[in-house]
Amino acid sequence: MTQTITIDPVTRIEGHSKITIKLDDDGQVDVARLHITQFRGFEKFTEGRPYQEMPSLTARTCGICPISHLLASAKACDDLMAVAIPAAAAMLRRVINFGQLIQSHALSFFHLSSPDLLLGMDSDPANRHILGVAAKFPELARDGIWLRKFGQQMIERLSSKRIHPAWIVPGGVASPLSEAVRDQILAELPQALAIARKTLDWFKPVIGNFQAEIDSFANFPSMFLGLVGPDGAIEHYDGHLRVVDAQRKIVVDKIEARDYATYIGEAVEPDSYLKSPYFKPVGYPAGLYRVGPLARLNVCERMGTPLAEQELADFRALQPEGAVLSSFHFHYARLVEIVYALERVAELLASPEILSRDVRATAGPNRREGVGISEAPRGTLIHNYRIDADGLIIWANLIIATGHNNLAMNQGITQVAKRFVDGKQLAEGALNRVEAVIRCYDPCLSCSTHALGEMPLRIELFDASGALIDTCERG
Amino acid sequence: MPKIITLKIAGTEIKADEGSTILDVARTNDIFIPTLCSFKGLSNVGACRLCMVEVRGVPRLLPACATTIVEGMDVTVDSPKVGKYRKMIVELLLAERNHICAACVSNGHCELQALAQRLGVHHTRYPYRYPRLKVDASHVRFNYDPNRCVLCTRCMRACEEVEGARTWNVMGRGINSVMVTDLHQPWGESPSCTSCSKCVHVCPTGALSEKGCAVGEMVPRENVFTYLKSMRYSGR
Repeated sequence: MTQTITIDPVTRIEGHSKITIKLDDDGQVDVARLHITQFRGFEKFTEGRPYQEMPSLTARTCGICPISHLLASAKACDDLMAVAIPAAAAMLRRVINFGQLIQSHALSFFHLSSPDLLLGMDSDPANRHILGVAAKFPELARDGIWLRKFGQQMIERLSSKRIHPAWIVPGGVASPLSEAVRDQILAELPQALAIARKTLDWFKPVIGNFQAEIDSFANFPSMFLGLVGPDGAIEHYDGHLRVVDAQRKIVVDKIEARDYATYIGEAVEPDSYLKSPYFKPVGYPAGLYRVGPLARLNVCERMGTPLAEQELADFRALQPEGAVLSSFHFHYARLVEIVYALERVAELLASPEILSRDVRATAGPNRREGVGISEAPRGTLIHNYRIDADGLIIWANLIIATGHNNLAMNQGITQVAKRFVDGKQLAEGALNRVEAVIRCYDPCLSCSTHALGEMPLRIELFDASGALIDTCERG
Repeated sequence: MPKIITLKIAGTEIKADEGSTILDVARTNDIFIPTLCSFKGLSNVGACRLCMVEVRGVPRLLPACATTIVEGMDVTVDSPKVGKYRKMIVELLLAERNHICAACVSNGHCELQALAQRLGVHHTRYPYRYPRLKVDASHVRFNYDPNRCVLCTRCMRACEEVEGARTWNVMGRGINSVMVTDLHQPWGESPSCTSCSKCVHVCPTGALSEKGCAVGEMVPRENVFTYLKSMRYSGR
């Protein structure tokens, strides 16, 4: 007799989703599926709009990472205009992208995931949230909140708005950087770096405590996709796409933005609104790959900044042969990326060129199709537009980081459910682990944070005839 | 010398020239009356009905932009009754087309948005119509987005009364009315348009905008006609 366990909604992620776990006749986990239950429709309702509106329109996809959408969209528009943006504009776009990476990674690590890491996967769900962390580990909670604030303020200082600024525009940025703003950011950088390093120093020794999770949290061979620079260094704003395999050997390299569709296909499953991108040369669904912080550290050859370079060496030591495969290490990778981002911001702000008043190129629509790719905190983000002769959008395709990870998340929850869920006896901690593997990817399923403090979660167990045989509630 | 009229607006006794409208006098005396269709330098048509005021002894509301002052008039500009109607008008305007401030070139510089904020319109009680109106981006310098148009006809009057071209016209009736260029041709193919940009700079919303503007970057040059008129009167 087969049974289905449903986790609805999945908590402490951004967006709405549910998980179903199907049990076989013996009550053992057969398969688990992640269903994205919300529909947005951006690709359709942007049709007919002038391309200049696209950055701000598509940024509304997300309230956590609007900067990523602004960047990928503005880059697609740069491509439509066929312009090379001024050097200072590219530098400023990089700085604001790092501001977002810092705030988003801090949100994921401290606010959403640290309750599992610090209080324990099986701890009382009534306290398993950021306030519970603040009560028990006040310094770490304060650090996390401060670091997120630093990233958010960096965005506000550059663009005058924390969320959905209109500062990143087709052709560059709307206004140059002032010395005063540069100095404000520089003044707080040392404290931010100290927090990031302190957190890494605390986290690295305790990783071993989570061996069971490391072994089963989406720990499987897969390919990884990410941007790298011309020299193979980690890249978040520009560069080209690279795919590596589980041995960290390059599968394809130097994929230009406009060739992405040659390598990435999008499959549609009937039980989810989230498409399932796959690596075309391998086919569907075998062409599973992962993106995001873990993928970026796996695809790059170097970080290019002193402290992050050392941290990458330590990270690689987790799996000296090949790529780091467990999605549990997304958390670790996020902390390494925060250190990297802070070092790069210091470098960029130290350059006198960043204060240049020349920050915007102007042109009309000069190409009918444009592609923009950047690395969002959660992974590779692709915006692809086609326009008519007047510059109105006639077709749009967005591939969002969480989409790339869809196949991997599904495989990951099946793996963790098989390891921890016992169909005969529902344990809250086991189901929390199924959610926690999703949290590793920090999926951004909509446009706002859904950090449900009270963890409202209802699990229902049905028999094959659809009769309810057990329920488990919390919150 | 015009005759001087004495009247009361919002409880204040005011002296003004005969022939002035209630709106002219209120503006001269810094008394706020909302409007979207009236524009300094253009004729008044009383299209938006937002400037409706109460006049003692008159049973119905009167448009301040199209009502000339008379001796002893007592005008109330901000009663619960007119407040209710103004709010309703703004709500209906918002529900009628597709006004999405967050993605609009005029965000932060839009008269409809400012008015909604001032009147406390944070939602509408009417269902949105979501009409499918096509953007006209055929002009080399300007965009026309009818989704953001409130049919104030400022563009039409500026084009006719100041530029003398009369490119803009109203097509259709009632709720199906739309602004069109010439005989409903694409703006870029208009034989009469001189590309002077006056229509763009009198538009109270983001319906008419300069190309290349990103969100919030369309800042109208509001004093364009005051300047033009003073140049003409001085004979230069």
